[in-house]
Amino acid sequence: MMSLSLGHFLAVGAILFALSVVGIFLNRKNLIVLLMAIELMLLAVNMNFVAFSHYLGDMHGQVFVFFILTVAAAESAIGLAILVLLFRNKASISVEELNTLKG
Amino acid sequence: MSTTLSASTLLAVPLAPLVGSALAGVLGTAFGGNFIGRRASHTFTILGVLVAFILSAMTLKDVIGGARFNETIYEWMVVGGLKMEIGFMVDGLTAMMMCVVTFVSLMVHLYTIGYMEEDAGYNRFFAYISLFTFSMLMLVMSNNLLQLFFGWEAVGLVSYLLIGFWFNKPTAIFANMKAFLVNRVGDFGFILGIGLIVAYTGTMNYTEIFAKAGELGQLGFPGTDWMLITVICICLFIGAMGKSAQFPLHVWLPDSMEGPTPISALIHAATMVTAGIFMVARMSPLFELSDTALNFILVIGAITALFMGFLGIIQNDIKRVVAYSTLSQLGYMTVALGASAYSVAVFHLMTHAFFKALLFLAAGSVIMGLHHNQDIRWMGGLRKYMPITWITSLLGTLALIGTPFFAGFYSKDSIIEAVHFSNLPGSGFAYFAVLAGVFVTSFYSFRLYFLVFHGAERYDQNPDAHHGHDDHHDDHGHQGDGKPHESPWVVTVPLLLLAVPSVVIGYLTIQPMLFGEFLQDAITINTAAHPAMAKFAEIFHGPLAMVSHAFFTPPLYLALAGAVSAWYMYLINPAVPAAMARALRPLIVVLENKYYLDWFNENVLARGARALGTGLWKGGDQGVIEGGVVNASWKLVNLVSAAVRRMQSGALYHYALMMIVGVMLFMTYFVWLAK
Repeated sequence: MMSLSLGHFLAVGAILFALSVVGIFLNRKNLIVLLMAIELMLLAVNMNFVAFSHYLGDMHGQVFVFFILTVAAAESAIGLAILVLLFRNKASISVEELNTLKG
Repeated sequence: MSTTLSASTLLAVPLAPLVGSALAGVLGTAFGGNFIGRRASHTFTILGVLVAFILSAMTLKDVIGGARFNETIYEWMVVGGLKMEIGFMVDGLTAMMMCVVTFVSLMVHLYTIGYMEEDAGYNRFFAYISLFTFSMLMLVMSNNLLQLFFGWEAVGLVSYLLIGFWFNKPTAIFANMKAFLVNRVGDFGFILGIGLIVAYTGTMNYTEIFAKAGELGQLGFPGTDWMLITVICICLFIGAMGKSAQFPLHVWLPDSMEGPTPISALIHAATMVTAGIFMVARMSPLFELSDTALNFILVIGAITALFMGFLGIIQNDIKRVVAYSTLSQLGYMTVALGASAYSVAVFHLMTHAFFKALLFLAAGSVIMGLHHNQDIRWMGGLRKYMPITWITSLLGTLALIGTPFFAGFYSKDSIIEAVHFSNLPGSGFAYFAVLAGVFVTSFYSFRLYFLVFHGAERYDQNPDAHHGHDDHHDDHGHQGDGKPHESPWVVTVPLLLLAVPSVVIGYLTIQPMLFGEFLQDAITINTAAHPAMAKFAEIFHGPLAMVSHAFFTPPLYLALAGAVSAWYMYLINPAVPAAMARALRPLIVVLENKYYLDWFNENVLARGARALGTGLWKGGDQGVIEGGVVNASWKLVNLVSAAVRRMQSGALYHYALMMIVGVMLFMTYFVWLAK
């Protein structure tokens, strides 16, 4: 049986990251998808942290993951709050219609 | 007899007129609230100049007794090793200049009371002429080049202010601007000369410079095969050409006659214009080292002496005739400098100061007597109306043309003799010029004299009387018949006082000044190389012998011929000048246009400079700097921001994309490049 190496974990992280990038690229309809893609991106980073932490035997990486998760939770809360306000104002959460962010 | 002079006495000489000037200039004008009136203004300034004159006379007496002074009074600053100081150097040359300056200035101050009587700028005028006296004294008493330059510029400034004294008159403003600009040309050369001296000797003190003169004489000018000393001397002499109005920088002096007559006498005849002559005489240890520079001086002086005399013949403005005569006489002095006869130049400077100030003041008196008519065609027969002016003018004219025993005779014949003995290549031309100049001087002087004081009375035939001239002051308010009248005593007394030295000063002082010890330590002559003065000394046997010798030399007969031909042409047979003018029309046209020098200056130099300025403004400033640098940079910013602005679409997914791209770029950099 093939044992799991660092490469496997990094590959998973890269796939997750790539998925989220593609999600940001392709998604034109739903702002929630965008937020989720960003969350996924953070998780991909977390995956790398954990993998490196394990294989290097350094616990700092896993401590960092907790921080990132906390920040991600806060960020999601703010993002969703903005989203609710946006929906109240524009009655839409379509990314395509959000084009007023300019000087 | 003390061998040194008191510093405080010397300091008082220039400061007394300065105090008078400040009092009249600040308290007597609107600037200080018109605190003091006319009487107080002229009293203060005249007292200041009187004090300066008395102290100068005492100084002269001490200097004749052997006293000398050469000390620094005040150290202004030290820059590197270069000391900037104020100090006095008093020897025979300085003492003589001090007396001439203060005496003529005193006479002019007195005269001004009468001449400027009705002028609104009365107090301002007194402030200016006293300030001038201060500046001129600083110039002549200096013991270093910096103070000399200060005085040099200060007299130039006051000259500018006084030429434009009637500042509502466009011609006066043009004339003072012209005087200022032409003097800038000269001063540019002068300051280059001073700069070279400072660069090679590291000092501005005369004594220290002269001590190093021998070393300077050995050096070459870097990058060329010229001698350094020649470059220095010619640069300094260009300064003298500007100030002393030598060809071709003489053009400002005739125009300066736009100023009031007293300043024409004081500044543009007796003192300021001789500053250049004084400076060259003072710098004689340097000029003696360069034959090239001396030759240059000789030729320039000869051109000025002869050709400016010609211009005097055709002028009709009484002051301009005297102005061209001044130019011609300054040419004589310059010729003497070129011939290494510095003491003769200074001697002529002194005699000329008296008789030319006299002639100018007499001309002013005539102008007053004729209610501000200056055109000699509308004068004539004034002898019986203005007896004092007449007799003093006659004395001045006789002195100018070199009548034996008069002041001008001794100085002018000395110049001619010195040039005769000069061994420089240009001396042949110069000798011819000064000899021919004697005839010309005599001719224009007596033309002026006869037209003004003799012949038919034409004062009531002036077609443009009372409307052709300026409105500054017109009606004297004390008689209505329009007849010429003699001037008040404040005008005639200076004339009489100036007439005395014009007659006797040459006879009295030729021996000590030219061949005695009086100027010996002030002037250096390399007798081996320039033997003119030494040869002249051999044939000189006293002032009386000089007169008897004159009967066997051409100048006396040339002067006589000039006077007689003027007498014949303007009194006996007035048809002759008109016929000659018709016959020599092309020549007269050239003379009337002053050899086209003004035309050349205005059309080639001034217009060329303006064209260059316009070219640089349009091409350089507007084209390159504004178009190529200033405008191009904002246009570039505009272009870049127009492109960048398109990236700010406002669409959220664009921004998200940008963020990703940014992250990618940073990662790429981090992984591959930032090893």
